[in-house]
Amino acid sequence: MVNTKVCLCGIPLDNPVIPASGTFGFGYEFAELYDIDCLGTFSFKGTTATPRFGNPTPRIAETPSGMLNAVGLQNPGVDAVIEEELPRLAKCFHKPVMANVSGFSEEEYVHVCEKFDAVEAVGWIEVNISCPNVHGGGMSFGTSPEAAGAITAAVRRVTRKPLILKLSPNVTDIVSIAKACEAAGADGLSLINTLMGMRIDIRCRRPVLANGTGGLSGPAVFPVALRMVYQVYEAVKIPIIGMGGVSSAQDVLEMMLAGASAVEVGAANLVNPYACRDIIADLPREMEKYGIQTLSDIIGGAH
Amino acid sequence: MVQGIYTIASNKKIARDVYEMVLSGDTSALTAPGQFLNIKIEGYFLRRPISVCDWDGDTITIVYKVVGAGTAAMSEMAAGQTLDVLAGLGNGFDMRKSGGTPLLVGGGVGTPPMAGLCRRLVAEGKSPTVVLGFASREDVFYEDQFRSLGAEVRVATADGSYGVQGFVTDAMAGIAPSYFYACGPIPMLRAVSDALPADGQLSFEERMGCGFGACMGCSCQTKYGNKRICRDGPVLTKGEVIW
Repeated sequence: MVNTKVCLCGIPLDNPVIPASGTFGFGYEFAELYDIDCLGTFSFKGTTATPRFGNPTPRIAETPSGMLNAVGLQNPGVDAVIEEELPRLAKCFHKPVMANVSGFSEEEYVHVCEKFDAVEAVGWIEVNISCPNVHGGGMSFGTSPEAAGAITAAVRRVTRKPLILKLSPNVTDIVSIAKACEAAGADGLSLINTLMGMRIDIRCRRPVLANGTGGLSGPAVFPVALRMVYQVYEAVKIPIIGMGGVSSAQDVLEMMLAGASAVEVGAANLVNPYACRDIIADLPREMEKYGIQTLSDIIGGAH
Repeated sequence: MVQGIYTIASNKKIARDVYEMVLSGDTSALTAPGQFLNIKIEGYFLRRPISVCDWDGDTITIVYKVVGAGTAAMSEMAAGQTLDVLAGLGNGFDMRKSGGTPLLVGGGVGTPPMAGLCRRLVAEGKSPTVVLGFASREDVFYEDQFRSLGAEVRVATADGSYGVQGFVTDAMAGIAPSYFYACGPIPMLRAVSDALPADGQLSFEERMGCGFGACMGCSCQTKYGNKRICRDGPVLTKGEVIW
C-alpha cells in the first residue's frame, strides 16, 4: 500500500491534488458528481472585497492543447462568500479549504485576508498577485519583487494562517519574485498562474476575447510551469504548489519531482469534471509503476 | 448531468453546412427540451456545446452547423464511432407556461431545440405555431418535421429565395400566441421579444469553458442578478433579460 499523504505548510493532506481557483467554483457543481472529500483540498473562486461581474463576454477561447480565459475575477464579494458560499460548502466538504484572494489595492488584499483569517474552515490563504485579466490590480502586484514583497508583508500582518502567494509567469525573473515573497513572510508559493495570450477571429479581424487578451492554461503550458517550479525550488525553502496544465497522475509526479509539495489541477476540470477524482484514483497505480512508496519522498527528486 | 460514451447511429447533411446526428446512449439526464450536450472531439481541448433537438428512449438527436474545425471534424464522423458526451446540461424550456397556442421561433441553427419542444407540446394537446428563419433556401431544414407534428409552419428567408422574404418577425404577422419560445441569434431574440405582447422564454448562446457552471466563462447580467448561460440558462425568461 503506497502512501499519498503530503504536508502543506503544516497541514496534512490525504493526497497532493487540489483543484485550482476559478475552475472549481465553490465546489457544489462537482459535489453533485462525486464525493469531493477525496480531494487533498481545493482552492475556491478568487474573492475580492466587493462583488464583481468580471469582463464582458466572450471570455473563453480555445487554443492548441489549451484555452484562454478572461473571466476577470467574477465573484460575489468576501461577505457573501463567508455568509452564503462557505456554509453551503461545509455540507459537502469536510476538510480545511484554501481561500483564494485577489484585489485592486493593498488595502483590499488586507481587508479580504483579515476576513478569511477569522473563518475556521479556511486552512490556507492563497493570495493571487497574478491575475492577467483585470486592469489596475491582480498581476500588477506580482510583476516586481518590491510590489510582491509589499503585498506579502501587508497581508502577513493580518493572518496567522498559512499564506501562499500565487505568482505570475508573465515576468522576466520569477525566482526573484519568489524570493521576495519568502523574505516578506510567505509560507508557501503557488505557481504558475496563466500565461497572457490572444486569439484573433480572422473573419471579424478582431480578438476573439472581448478583453482582447486572456490567460492561457491547459496542457500547452505544462512544460513552462514545470520549468518555473524547478527553478523556484532551487531558490526558496518554503513549499511550492505546482500548477499549469496538470491533467494526469503522471503530471503530478513530474511536478513533484520538479519540487512541488502539492499540485493544483485547473483547466482539466473544465473538460473532464471528474479529472481530480480520476487523478487521485490513478495516483497509487502510477506510484507503484515507478517504485514510489511514499509520495512526499519524491518532492524535488529531479534536482 | 451525466458523462458517458455515446455511439453515433447516424450523421447526415440536411442543409448547407448543417448536419443531423443521432446518438445512442444514456438519456436519463435529459429533463426538458432546450437542454444541451457538451461533446469532446478528439484533437480539440474544449468540448463543443450543441443543443439537443429531441430524445426518446436511448437515442438523442442533435443538429449542428459546421462553423469551425471542431464541428467540421464532427461532420466527418461515421455511424459506429463513439463520442465522450456530457448530457443534460442547462435548464431547458419550461413547458408549463405555454398556454394553448404557443409560438415557437427558430432562427437558423436555433431551430433544432424547437423540434423536441414542439413534439412534446403537441403530445400535451397544445396547438403550437412554428416560425423559422434562415438566410436562404439552401439553409432551410426541418420544415416538414414540424408540419408532420401537426403544427402550422411559416418560413422566412432573408434573401426571399424561400417562403416570406425577410426575418422571422415578418413571418409572424397576425399571430397572437398564448406564449412564445425562441432560439436564435441575439438580434432575432430581441426583435421577437419586442414584437410580441405575450410573455416568453428565450434560449441564448455563449462561448463556454466547462458547460456545467464551474468556470464562469459564459456569465451574463439579468434583472435578477448574474446568471451562467450554461447552468442557469441557456433559457431565460423575457422579463429577466437585459438587452
